[in-house]
Amino acid sequence: MRFLLLFSRQGKLRLQKWFTSMSDREKKKIIRDMTTMVLARQARSCNFLQWKDLKIIYKRYASLYFCLAVESQENELLALEIIHRYVELLDKYFGNVCELDIIFNFEKAYFILDEFLMGGEIQETSKQIVNRSIEASDIPRYLKLAFTINNC
Amino acid sequence: MPAPIRLRELIRTIRTARTQAEEREMIQKECAAIRSSFREEDNTYRCRNVAKLLYMHMLGYPAHFGQLECLKLIASQKFTDKRIGYLGAMLLLDERQDVHLLMTNCIKNDLNHSTQYVQGLALCTLGCMGSSEMCRDLAGEVEKLLKTSNSYLRKKVTLCAVHVIRKVPELMEMFLPATKNLLSEKNHGVLHTSVVLLTEMCERSPDMLAHFRKLVPQLVRILKNLIMSGYSPEHDVSGISDPFLQVRILRLLRILGKGDDDSSEAMNDILAQVATNTETSKNVGNAILYETVLTIMDIKSESGLRVLAINILGRFLLNNDKNIRYVALTSLLKTVQTDHNAVQRHRSTIVDCLKDLDVSIKRRAMELSFALVNGNNIRGMMKELLYFLDSCDPEFKADCASGVFLAAEKYAPSKRWHIDTIMRVLTTAGSYVRDDSVPNLIQLITNSVEMHAYTVQRLYKALLDDISQQPLVQVASWCIGEYGDLLVSGQCEEEEPIQVTEDEVLDVLEGLLVSNLSTPVTRGYALTAIMKLSTRFTSVNRIKKVVSIYGSSIDVELQQRAVEYNALFKKYDHMRNGFHLSLLMIINFRFFVVLSSFKMVQVCLSCLCVVPILQANDLLDLLGGNDVVPVIQNTVSTKPASAGGELLDLLGDLSLSGIPPMTAYNKNGLKIDFTFERANPNPNIAVITIHASNSTEADMTDFVFQAAVPKTFQLQLLSPSSNVVPALNQGTVTQVIRVLNPQKQQLRMRIKLTYTHKGSAVQDLAEVNNFPPQSWQ
Repeated sequence: MRFLLLFSRQGKLRLQKWFTSMSDREKKKIIRDMTTMVLARQARSCNFLQWKDLKIIYKRYASLYFCLAVESQENELLALEIIHRYVELLDKYFGNVCELDIIFNFEKAYFILDEFLMGGEIQETSKQIVNRSIEASDIPRYLKLAFTINNC
Repeated sequence: MPAPIRLRELIRTIRTARTQAEEREMIQKECAAIRSSFREEDNTYRCRNVAKLLYMHMLGYPAHFGQLECLKLIASQKFTDKRIGYLGAMLLLDERQDVHLLMTNCIKNDLNHSTQYVQGLALCTLGCMGSSEMCRDLAGEVEKLLKTSNSYLRKKVTLCAVHVIRKVPELMEMFLPATKNLLSEKNHGVLHTSVVLLTEMCERSPDMLAHFRKLVPQLVRILKNLIMSGYSPEHDVSGISDPFLQVRILRLLRILGKGDDDSSEAMNDILAQVATNTETSKNVGNAILYETVLTIMDIKSESGLRVLAINILGRFLLNNDKNIRYVALTSLLKTVQTDHNAVQRHRSTIVDCLKDLDVSIKRRAMELSFALVNGNNIRGMMKELLYFLDSCDPEFKADCASGVFLAAEKYAPSKRWHIDTIMRVLTTAGSYVRDDSVPNLIQLITNSVEMHAYTVQRLYKALLDDISQQPLVQVASWCIGEYGDLLVSGQCEEEEPIQVTEDEVLDVLEGLLVSNLSTPVTRGYALTAIMKLSTRFTSVNRIKKVVSIYGSSIDVELQQRAVEYNALFKKYDHMRNGFHLSLLMIINFRFFVVLSSFKMVQVCLSCLCVVPILQANDLLDLLGGNDVVPVIQNTVSTKPASAGGELLDLLGDLSLSGIPPMTAYNKNGLKIDFTFERANPNPNIAVITIHASNSTEADMTDFVFQAAVPKTFQLQLLSPSSNVVPALNQGTVTQVIRVLNPQKQQLRMRIKLTYTHKGSAVQDLAEVNNFPPQSWQ
C-alpha cells in the first residue's frame, strides 16, 4: 500500500496516511489529484481506477470517501475488504461512527489505523484484538498502573 | 498566561468560519498563541498544542515549527505525550530533513521500554517512516525484539523488520535466523506478518527464495486448516476464516511455485480445493478466488487447473458486480499472451463488455479486445470495435483509432477491406487520430496500387460530406492531388464510378483553402494538391490563378509554396511536364525537392521552409505520365552540393526582371554581387541572389553570409549553394534572399561575412546602400 486518504464529498481532507516517503509538495499534488478523480466518478461505477502505476481503490461510506492506493501486484478486491475492516473498527470504537467523529477525534482515528496497518501491510487480522489494544491504551488508569508496576 | 484552548474547542471554532479568509485569520491567531506557548517551554500544554497544530496541518496550513516540539513530546515520560509526539513525527517529519535523526535515540529507548504500548509506538513509527540511517542504527534492536514471545509486539516487530529490509536491503541476512520457526505460530496476527516478512525476503533474493521453498508443505497445511476449520468468531468475515491471511499465503505460494515444478505440484491440490470450495456470494470469497486464479496462472500448474482458472475468470465476467468484472478483464489481459486460446473462448462476453456503462470496464474491455484480434476473427471483431469507436467517449477515441489501425495492418484480409476500415475510422473519429497516422496512411495508400481509383473516389465523397476532420481532409487532399486523373476519368472498378469534372474537384480543393475549419497544415496539403493537378488536369489556367492568389497570403508557409509553384509555372513551364518532382528525406524542417528531367542532369533545389507536419515520407509525384525512370539523388543540405550551385546559377542566368545587378561588397579579394528579380505577382517581394567570388589564391572555407534589414522590411534567407568560395574565381557561392517591402521604402541592408582564409578566421560587417531604385520601388 502506498497511501490512504479520507476526504469528504466537498474534497476536505479528514485523514492522510502515507506509507512511503514523499515531499510535501508531492503529497499535496496527490491529494488534489485523488479528490478530483474520485469525486468525478459516477454513482454506480466500479471502485477501481488506474493512476500512473498504481491502482486506486475507493469506497464511499456516508459522507466520507476512503481512498487507498496499492501497487500493481496487489489484490484490489482484498483492498476493498481492508477499507471495510477499517470502517468496522472505527464503528466499533466510536459506536455508529459518522464523519463528525473522525473530524473531532482525528488523532484517535490515526491510533486505530496504526493498530490495524503498519508500513503498508496488515498488522492484525482480528477485529477483537485491535479493538482491545485501542481500548487498553486509552485507559489512563491502566497505563498509570502499568507504568508504576514496571518502574518498581 | 491563560490555558491554551482545547483541541475540540479549536476544531469547533474553526468550523464556524464562513469564509476561507475567516478561517485563515483564526488559524493565524491560534498559531501565534501556540508559538508563544512553545517559546515558553510549557510542558503541561505542549501535547494539546501539538495536537491542534496537527489539525491545522491537515487543513493545509504550514506546521513545521512544531517539529522540534514533537521530538520533545516523544522524549516525555507521559504516554499521552508520547502518543501525540509520535503521531506528529509521522505527519510532520520526513526523512528528507536531518531533524528526524534526532528521534533515533528516543526510539531506541522506547523500543526497550517496559510498557508494550510504548514499545508499540516506537515500532510503529520506525516501521512507517524510518529512514535508511535510522534503520541501520536500530536494526540490531529490531532483531533482538524479534525473539519476543509477546504476540502483540511480535507482529509489530516483524513488520518493522520488513520496513528495514525495504530501506536497507543489505541487512536482510540479519533477520534470517529469526525466521527459523516463523510458521509454527498460532496467533494469526503474528502468522500474517511472518508471511509478509517471508514474501519480502523471497521477492528480494533468489537465494532466500530457494531456501524458503521447503516451507511450501507447511504453508499448504495452514491454508488447508483455514479452509476446513469451522467457524472462528475471531477471524470470520462473511463465513470465511481470515481471508487476509489466506490471500497472503496464496501470494507467497505464487512466488515460491513460480518456475519450480516440485513446489507447483505440491500446491496443485490445495489450489483446486480453494478454487472450488470458496463461497462466491460476497466480495470476500471473490477476493480469495481472484488471488487463487493469479497464483494458478503464474506457477507451473497442470493444464486442467489452468482451464479451471480461466473459467473462473469467465464466470467473473458474467457477475453483476462491476468490480469483479473489472478484475476479470484485468486478469484476462495478463493471461491472454500465454493462454490465448482459452481466453478466446470468452471473446463474446468480453466484446459485450465494450457496451458496459462503466468507464474503467470499457477501457479494459477495449484493451483486451485488441489483444484478442487475430486473422480468424478480424472481420467480426473489427465490426464491434468500429461500432465502439462510433459511440465511445472522446477519451477512448485516440487509443481505439490507433488500435484499429494496428490491427488492420496486421490482419487485413484484403486491401479493399483495409482501406474501407481506414475510411471508417477517419470519418467517425477523424479528429482524434494521431498525427503520425496521416503519413502512414498515405504510405499505405501509395502501396496499394490497384486501389488508387477506389480510394480517391471514396475520399472525395467523404470530403463532400464533411471537411471538419483534419486528418481525413489531409489524406483526401493528398490523394486527390495524386490520383485526380483517375477520379475525373471515372475509372473505378470496385464500385460505381462517380461523374466528377475537373472544375468540381478544384472547387472542393479551393473550398478547403478558404474554409475556417482548415488548419494551416491542411491548407498546405490542399495547395500542393492543386499544384499537382496542374500536370494532370487540363484547366491549368484556373490552377495558375489560384496559386498566384496565394502568393500574397498572410500565412507565410502558404505564401512560400505559392511563390515557388508560381516560379515553376513561369520559369519551367516548358519543362514542367517533364519534371519528376519527388519529395524525399524530410529532415528537421528542411526538405528537398529533387528535380530531374529527361533532358538535363540532376539538379537539386533546396528550400528552407517551416514544414511542421511533413516529417515522414511523402511522395509528391508530379510525373505527368511519362515513362521517365528518374535517378533520384538524396542530398543533405549541409553537404556542399555542387549540383545545387548549378541550379541556382541557372536561376541567375534566366531572365531577370531588367533590374541591373550591383556589387554589394568587394574587399580582401571577396566580391559579392547582387542580382535581382521580382517575385511575381507580388511586387512587394524582391528576390535577390548573391554571388560570392574569391579572387585570392586560397579558398575561403566556412563561408557564412548573414544579412539584416530595417524594421519595416522582412527578410528571408535561403540556404547557400555551398560554404566554400573557391580561389581564383573558379566558382561562386550563391544564395537567395527574399525581402518583403510592403511600405516601399528605400532598401538598405547590413551584411556580415565570416569565413576562414589561409587558416585564420575572418569576419567583416558592411552596409549596403547602393541598391538600384527599381529594386524597391
